[in-house]
This record gives sequence, C-alpha cells and structure tokens, in this order.
Amino acid sequence: MNRFAALLDRLAYEPRRNAKLRLLADFFRTSPDPERGYALAAMTGSLAFSAAKPGLIRALIAERTDPVLFGLSYDHVGDLSETAALMWPAPPQALDDPTPSLSEVVETLASLGRADLPKRLANWLDLLDETGRWALLKLITGGLRIGVSARLAKTAVASLGGMDADEIEHVWHGLEPPYVPLFAWVEGRGPRPSAIDPAPFRPVMLAHAVENRDFETLDPARFSAEWKWDGIRVQVVSATDEEGHVRTRLYSRTGEEISKSFPDLCEALSGIEAAVDGELLVVKDGRVQSFNLLQQRLNRANVTAKTILEFPVAVRAYDLLTENGEDLRPLPFAERRARLERFVARIDRERLELSPVVPFATWEELAAARAAPFEAGASLDADAVEGVMLKRRDSAYLPGRPKGLWYKWKRDPHRVDAVLMYAQRGHGKRSSFYSDYTFGVWRAGPAGAELVPVGKAYFGFTDEELVRIDRFVRKHTINRFGPVREVVHEPHAGLVVEVAFEGLARSTRHKSGVAMRFPRISRLRWDKPPVEADRMETLEALLRDERTEAARGA
Amino acid sequence: MRPTDLLCITPAGLHCPQGDFHIDPVRPVPRALITHGHSDHARAGHGAVLATEETLAIMALRYGEGFAGATQTAPLGRPITLGGVTVAFRPAGHVLGSAQIAVEAGGCRIVASGDYKRSADPTCRPFEPVPCDVFITEATFGLPVFRHPDVRGEIGKLLASVRLFPDRAHLVGAYALGKAQRLIALVREAGYEEPVYIHGALEKLTDYYLSRRIRLGEIRKVSAAQRSELAGAIVLCPPSSLQDVWSRRFPDPVTAFASGWMRVRARARQKGVELPLVVSDHSDWDDLCRTITEVGASEVWVTHGQEDALVHWCRLQGLRAKPLHMIGYGDDEEAAAGDVDPGAAGAPPA
Ligand SMILES: [Zn+2]
Ligand SMILES: [Zn+2]
Repeated sequence: MNRFAALLDRLAYEPRRNAKLRLLADFFRTSPDPERGYALAAMTGSLAFSAAKPGLIRALIAERTDPVLFGLSYDHVGDLSETAALMWPAPPQALDDPTPSLSEVVETLASLGRADLPKRLANWLDLLDETGRWALLKLITGGLRIGVSARLAKTAVASLGGMDADEIEHVWHGLEPPYVPLFAWVEGRGPRPSAIDPAPFRPVMLAHAVENRDFETLDPARFSAEWKWDGIRVQVVSATDEEGHVRTRLYSRTGEEISKSFPDLCEALSGIEAAVDGELLVVKDGRVQSFNLLQQRLNRANVTAKTILEFPVAVRAYDLLTENGEDLRPLPFAERRARLERFVARIDRERLELSPVVPFATWEELAAARAAPFEAGASLDADAVEGVMLKRRDSAYLPGRPKGLWYKWKRDPHRVDAVLMYAQRGHGKRSSFYSDYTFGVWRAGPAGAELVPVGKAYFGFTDEELVRIDRFVRKHTINRFGPVREVVHEPHAGLVVEVAFEGLARSTRHKSGVAMRFPRISRLRWDKPPVEADRMETLEALLRDERTEAARGA
Repeated sequence: MRPTDLLCITPAGLHCPQGDFHIDPVRPVPRALITHGHSDHARAGHGAVLATEETLAIMALRYGEGFAGATQTAPLGRPITLGGVTVAFRPAGHVLGSAQIAVEAGGCRIVASGDYKRSADPTCRPFEPVPCDVFITEATFGLPVFRHPDVRGEIGKLLASVRLFPDRAHLVGAYALGKAQRLIALVREAGYEEPVYIHGALEKLTDYYLSRRIRLGEIRKVSAAQRSELAGAIVLCPPSSLQDVWSRRFPDPVTAFASGWMRVRARARQKGVELPLVVSDHSDWDDLCRTITEVGASEVWVTHGQEDALVHWCRLQGLRAKPLHMIGYGDDEEAAAGDVDPGAAGAPPA
C-alpha cells in the first residue's frame, strides 16, 4: 500500500503525460502480482468502495487526538483524510505485523463486516506511513482521485510488452482484478487471455471547431453534413463471443462503460453484431427531448423501472465501425454511411435510428440549414440540433482529432466547454453555497497544456444543479484562499461546464487576453473529461470571426 | 529574578535590560547576540555583535566585512558575562554555526533557542538540550500534522526520480544557507557520486561550508552554456529560481522543493512543485514537544509560527506558556521570491 500510495502521490504532482506513463510503467514492472493488478483496477475505475463514511474517520481520530489540536490542524490542511493521515499518532510500541498491501486491503474489505471495520482500519493506519494512510483513507471513502485516465494506465501496462493499448482493450472486458493473466501475457509468460472481448471499445474520432476562414479553402463537394444532436456521444457494441454469449456494451466517448445506467437500451440493441457511433438521446413519442431529461437518467445511482419508462432513450446513429466482425473503419466515410443506412434498415430496431444527412451544395445553403433546422428537415426535433457536423467523404475513421477531416459547426458559436477552476460563496440566500464560478480553457504552456481562466459566471443553473456543483466543490477542493476554493482541474479529473455568452472582446485585464460578455453556465457536462474541454484557440478564432463580422457590418 | 525582568519584548526584539543586549534584533541596536546566520535573525547595522565564529563569517559573506561596528566570537559552551548576566552559546542543530543562547542571572535561566532541529544533519553540530526555567521556542511547524519523515526516505525519492528520468534535469529549490548544503551532504550519504550542480546564488555559502571541511563531494557551478546538457543531473537553486526563466533552459526539468511545508498537499500544489521533498531544518511537532519536555522548563514562550497549537499543548502538560507574537521573523522554509541570499544580489546571473 505504501508503494502504491507513493506512486499516486507522485502522479498527482506530475503534469506531463509521458512522465506519468513512465512512472506507471516503472510501478507495473517492479510490483508483484496481485498488487499491481489491484492498482490497475483502482486506476481504471474497476475498484469502487464506499466502505467508510467521513464520520468514521472523524471518530477514529477524535479518540486519539486533542479536539483543539485537531481543529487547528484541520483548518490548516483543509482535508479530513489528509489531516487524519498526518496527525495519526504512532502506536505506543512498534508493531510486528507487516505493512498492509493494497491487495490485503481490497481482499479484506470484500468480506469484512461493517462492525469490524473501525478496528481493522485503525490497525492498518498504525502500520502505514503518512502517504499510505492518506491513500487508504481516500480509497475507502471513495474519494481517491488518480491523475491518470484508464487509457493511460492500460497504455503503461501494454508498454511492458511493447504492445499497444488497443491490444489490451480487446481482451479487457473479459478480465477481472487483479488481472494476473493479463500481466502474464503482456510480459510474454502466458497465453493471450482467452476470454477475448467480442465487444471492445474503439477509440472515437472527434471533430475540430470550424472557423469562418476555413470556408474559403474547404470544397463543399468533398463534404457530407449531418445534424449534431444535443445528447451524449456514445458507442454501442454488441457481438457474440467464442462460447456463443452475446455481449452488448454501451461506452461513453472516453471508453468508460455506461451499460449499467442503460440496461433497457443494451437489451434493445442486443445481438446487432456491430459497433455503432451515435448520439444517446431521450426520445419520447418519436421526438427528441431536451438534454435536461437525459441528465435525469445519467445522474441516477440505480436505474428503476420508473426512470426507464419516464425517460426512454435511443441512439441516433452517425457511423458504423464494424459489422459482423468486419472492421469498417479504414473505409471512406461515404462508403461507411451507405453501409450504415442499409444496416439500420436491416436490423430494424426501434431504439436505433439513422441520424439524417443534411443535403447542401454550397456553404451558404448549409449555413441556412444550420440557422433553421426545422425547415431544413429536422422538423420537430429542431430544438435538439446543436449544429452541423461536416465529414469529409473520403475520411477513414481515425482515433483522436485528426486535422482537416471532420468539423463541427455549432449553431450558437457563443458556447464553449470550460473547466471549473475556482468557486466562491455567493451572496444573500446563496451565501451557504459555492455559487460563483471561475472557469478556464486549455492553452499550451511551458510544461504542456494548462488551463487559463477565461471568465466568471454566477447564474444559468437550476437550484438542484447548484446543490450538486456545491457538493462537487466541497469534495474536490485542492486549495483555499479566504472565501475562494480552488477545485481540482486536471485532464482527467474535474468538472466541465458549458458556458454561453453574448460576445467576446480583447482584454488586457484578463490573463487570457479575452473577456466574455454575460457569461452564464448553460449546462453541466458531468459526462465530459476536462481534457476534452475547449482550447484558447477556439476563443481566438471566434474573436477573429467576430472582428471580421464587425468590420463587414461597419 | 522574574523571567520577564531578565528578558522582555521590545519593538527591536528580545531585550535584556541588565545585560544591555538584544537577541536576534530586527532593528539596529547597540549590542546584539545572534543565534544564526539566516537573514531574519542576523541583520546588518548593529553596534556590536556577539555570535559563533561561523555565524560571524556567514554575516560577513552576506553583508560585507563592515556589517557591524565591532564583533566578538562566542565560543560554544563557554559562559560570558555581560553586565552581571551570564550568557552561553550552545549548539542548535539548525545550520552551520547555529546556537541557542542561555541567559542567566539571579537564579533564573532562560534559553532562547533561535531556530533548531533534532534530526540528523551532517553539516552542523547537533542540538544540545539545556535545562532551564523558561524555554523560548519558535513554532514554524507547531501543528501535529507536521511530522517530518526520515530524510533518507525523502532523499531516496529524489534519487529514484533521477534514475527513472535520466533525460530530465532535477532542479531542487533549497534555501541558500543550510538547506542546500545539507541536501548535498545527504545525497552523498545515500551514495550519489555524480557532480552536484549549484546556482550562482548558492556559491558563496557553499564555498564557505567547504572551507569548514564539510564534505560535499564534487560541486559544479551551473554556467549558462551547460544548462541544456544537464539531463539527469541534480541542480540546486534558490526556491525563487524554480519559477524563473532561469529554470526553463534545462532539459525538461523536474522541479523539486525541499521544505517542511511540503508535507501538506495543498501547499505543495500551490507552489507548482512536481517533486515535493519533506526536508526541514526546523523541528517538527513531535520534536518541539519532546524538546520542551527534555529541557524541563516550567514556562514556555513561543516566538512565532503556529503559536496557538503549541501554547495549547504546553498548557495541557501543566506548563505556563504564552505566545510572544513576534514579528519580523520570516520563514526560511518558505523562502518566497525576494528571500534570496542578499549577498548574491550582485552576483552575475548564472
Ligand atoms: Zn533559521
Ligand atoms: Zn527563523
């Protein structure tokens, strides 16, 4: 546990992806089974505990420390687990027990009764060092944040055998912690794990935001356009494994499996023998519902029959990645689209709809369609249109955000996805909540991408959302400055907020060099990792466009 | 004699009316007794200064030979009488030359400990507990969350990182007096034999340590031309240089910072440090408490830092205790920008 904790500690301070990768690879290479497997599980979200509540930690530390000293210490440190970890007194005499390993903790917690937990936890805390105690307390209260994505952890494991993370993804879903066969295979000591996942995640292809000046160089004849729906981008995969079992999985665009939240959809799409890229939407009586309703479903801890009935979901298909085991990703988009149309018609499932293309000959025509989706064919679903997507007809399906192939052209350019950085207490009836938010977007810094604050917003969210953000802020504070809290904002940890604003202007008063007019939080993107929030370049481009338009108008 | 008659607080700092001297005064006074060379304790411009040989030498290096009207060397352990008051300098284990000052008259002994630590330091003489009636202590790390780990483990972290990232320079921010030299000595103890590089601002004091026969192995100065070639090297610099343009020319640097404050995550994050090393030249909570118990004082005065917690603890032990709320004593562990060795200000940027 101490070693794992030391790794987490180091990762938390290391901003560079490559350095994180090397730290991880070094840990996996030099740690034994099953320790490294449980560590991998913790990093890939396959290890979730909420064995202990903060109250238990308070009680344990209260038994051992003076209340005044605890109060002063907690004030100084600002985090309960960390305060307890640092203050925990050394046991009166040295103990002979071995230091608990992560494996021991995981395996014990799986079978330990609630009544035995306080005593066992206290014993572990006696045996661990400060960092180990901190990691243990965070782990068992469910508050452990690891500054790496599941993908990065898998990339590190793959590197032990000179492999690619995709090879791990292919066998991943057939495996369970502590992944002993996986490590054996990667290190060339064992066979490829046989339970090959028939329904793995395939990295998603993303689009660039189009700029006005792009239209001068892009040829409309080479592009196909379709609606960009205001839902959640997903990948749905269903296929049969070697033993004849059908596996159906729903993934977010980062590859997180979200099947458990949508059992109805998985059942409805079981056996399609394909991987489909599409948008998850709430569709009632054939009409797409607002994003807020979809959020109702996302936020539920457990899915009830009532929620399923109340918020029925469907997928609007954009692309077909595989069909009957054939990988279609190398094919040009136009060919995949034709296959997709035939596929959707053939399988004929109510919950899988084709996302229609938007016909156009010139950019002016497309601009008109984007401005008036109702008339341009979206009809009653027009409110759920967020813009249009442009896909080059000859584009293969490539992971990441390749240049020059796909563009998103939002209906309302005055919206960006930003990352919450600081929160401050509000005034009046909101004074007990953190309701004033400072958010930022990414830009290139000396040590890689960094967030730069671009504005502040005080409204735009519902009371219910305020409560959730407030809870997020309190749970993820990394720093306090008087009434202001700095919240976690790292590539894979943090809260993305969609910010709507009226205009943009150059400003020398702001660190970012731009100022937003009337910014407001238009949506919370719990589903989006901070790394995918917008970049400064998007705002810069918007600023350029705005100035050209102003010049034209003058 | 009542303790407050022997030593009292004035705007200049601790004052002994009968002996007519101040201890570590923050303003110029006719006669000053100085515990150690850190700039918040040792200031220029006093009429006469009494301090250990090393502290006098360090002050001369920082401020120039004429830093005081007159100087007198205080030999460790040998009592000196000043106006009927006996004073004795005893090692404090903080930095080279650091001392506690025991002041005694009329059957009352007060020990002004300056800054002190109890953990091992190959670059200075260890702290000696001096029995006394009143113990004056600082409380920089006077909260039970500050428990400095074994320095060997922290040095191990640095060396492990150097091994794992041989293509990156490791820049370690460390205070110019004491911390820097102690770190070098500690990496040597851990078996590191490569040359250790230092920023120009650390040169003079490091050279002084070397002249006192403190073994630091091969030290090289960073010159502008080399910076890009220092992949895999350990480079020590003042903490303020970590954020400087200076640090950017190293190959993909890992920025480390050695300070007791690194124990608290929020603090380390605030500094933007990538490799926090919990190495302190001050006592941690356990050592503050242990020392107070060992000297057997019935009364404790706390000069600065986290006074509230330490005073509370003393009272729980049945000791009289009070905070002195002294101002002007910075925190050499923090070493914010501008806290660079003043003597280095004129040095060429290296
Ligand atoms: Zn000092
Ligand atoms: Zn000091």
